[in-house]
Amino acid sequence: MNYEEKPYSKAFIDFAKDKPEVLCISADLTGSCEIDKFRDQYPDRFFSMGMAEQNMISVCGGLALEGFKPFIHTFAVFLYRRAIDQIICSIAYSNRNVRLMGFLPGLTTPGGITHQAIEDIAVFRSIPNMTVLETGDATEVETVLETADSINGPVYVRVLRGNVIRLFNTPFKFNQIRKLSSGEDIAIISSGITTEEAMKAVKVLNDFGIKITSLHVSTLKPFNKKQLLEELKNIRSGIITVENHTIIGGLGSIVSEIIAEENINLPLIRLGLKDTFAHGASLKYLMNEYQINTMAIVKACEKLLDISTNIDNEDIDNVEINDMTVNSNPEDL
Amino acid sequence: MWQEEARRVALGIRRKVFEHSIKNNGGYLSQACSSAEILSVLYVKALNIGDSIGPPIPLSFAGTPGKDNPKSFTGALYHGEKNSYYDRFIISPAQYALIVYSALIETGRMSEKALSHYNKDGSSVEMIAAEHSPGMEVTTGSLGQGLSQAAGIALGRKLKKDTGKVWVFISDGELQEGQTWEAFNLISHYKLNNLKIIIDKNRQQCDGEMDSVLKIEPITEKIKTFGLQVIDVDGHDIEQINNACTVNPINSGLVIICNTIPYRGMYYLKKYSPKLHYIKFKDDHEKNELIKEIKKDLYED
Repeated sequence: MNYEEKPYSKAFIDFAKDKPEVLCISADLTGSCEIDKFRDQYPDRFFSMGMAEQNMISVCGGLALEGFKPFIHTFAVFLYRRAIDQIICSIAYSNRNVRLMGFLPGLTTPGGITHQAIEDIAVFRSIPNMTVLETGDATEVETVLETADSINGPVYVRVLRGNVIRLFNTPFKFNQIRKLSSGEDIAIISSGITTEEAMKAVKVLNDFGIKITSLHVSTLKPFNKKQLLEELKNIRSGIITVENHTIIGGLGSIVSEIIAEENINLPLIRLGLKDTFAHGASLKYLMNEYQINTMAIVKACEKLLDISTNIDNEDIDNVEINDMTVNSNPEDL
Repeated sequence: MWQEEARRVALGIRRKVFEHSIKNNGGYLSQACSSAEILSVLYVKALNIGDSIGPPIPLSFAGTPGKDNPKSFTGALYHGEKNSYYDRFIISPAQYALIVYSALIETGRMSEKALSHYNKDGSSVEMIAAEHSPGMEVTTGSLGQGLSQAAGIALGRKLKKDTGKVWVFISDGELQEGQTWEAFNLISHYKLNNLKIIIDKNRQQCDGEMDSVLKIEPITEKIKTFGLQVIDVDGHDIEQINNACTVNPINSGLVIICNTIPYRGMYYLKKYSPKLHYIKFKDDHEKNELIKEIKKDLYED
């Protein structure tokens, strides 16, 4: 598989270097959010605001009022858990162009409860004027900045850091669902790091003749309802949503709301944290523990189809998705 | 003489707030008492701002700001044109709205008739102001956020090399919010010497006297320790206020602590201590007594 080391670090420099109105804001997590190289190369547009998130958010509201575009970098949890009132009153109400770059989404940290942003999408989605984006691979991390920058109003982005897998070869496209495979049996709708799992599940299930429409969502708010409904038209047996987040208020809830309002008569299984906190451990362990991995998706498919495939962990470990073709046109990826 | 005008405006603010509160059976009277001279000096003398470009009678609420609502407007229009050399004035305690509206009227920035829209359904002249309300540029009713937003504006204006200053009016109760001290740190760290902070130190908050709710004193020493330049003044002495306003700090923001009395100019209100935040009348007898006594202060001297 193809991985990219610290894609955000280079992407932010490329994006921001010739944009004097873009300011890089840090809350004492500069290296951890991969903006240390930007700081060293463009110190005049780097502002360290310390461990003081409430003040930082309001200050950025003021900077945006003056025509600047502050990109705030910190761990996602510290944005909305520590400073939600400031996000609402100093930024969102006024529709200011502040970009909230949230690192360590969901279970992508062994930091446990204090570091795992598992209800961020639910919170941000409920705030008027807020746009919510989530990256699922290195390409999306590299290209989400232009998308976020093009939006009039505040944007929250779930950013992946470190060694990030590359799944897609086309840039982040605002409010466009990526179709990764076509099939009439089941629709799998995934976001963030769970898309890699969904792609593996699709591949392993294809060998059993199970035909799956696999959709990757990277714009959670607004949500492209029309495109989703189009894709669900020919699905026979059910829908699975999978997300690196609690099933309350995130992707699973979004799809639930749409199928309820539109009378889509299909069973739905929501994979994600089931109204529980997680704890500190490895990503692989946690994804299995909280059932958001490939095996969980396979089991959900079996349940919807009322079959048993006997696919085991070894089968899943042997799946390669680096050809990025998964039964579909590469343009869709 | 600006002094004469400032005194007239201060008295006008107290009268307006008093008359309005009587008509509405209650109001933010003590805030008018404590801040009348501060706002009058700022609007009459200290602020370098243009004439109001807001409609004399404020527009109806036009919806909240957002990309799909081009009709939303800002209350900053009443502080004049926005450019690189004019000052900006941010009001943090949006609960002072009635006092700010009265100051705008007294200084000719808004029509007398604007107050008839106060707290009326569909109006932008709201009881607790938001950024569409006259005189407001940012939304600050959740206390502690005005100073940080003003600091962001000051930092932004420094980056743009604007010559105009940023003024922010805050209440002493906001010093209980941790965010305020986070902001002092930032102002000091980034040497925001284009920022002037005016504190109405009336020692009151919603529950009563600050010292009984949660003591923050010694305020002056604490803020100095954070690296800002602090000047203490009698907040009812217009010369003292103005002199402090002319100070231009070099290395940090300037803080002017205006020591004020929450029943200054309406001495009968002392009876309500320590519940001065929002004055309500129990019955007509009480109301008539208050009217009689306060009228002596406001109209007979």
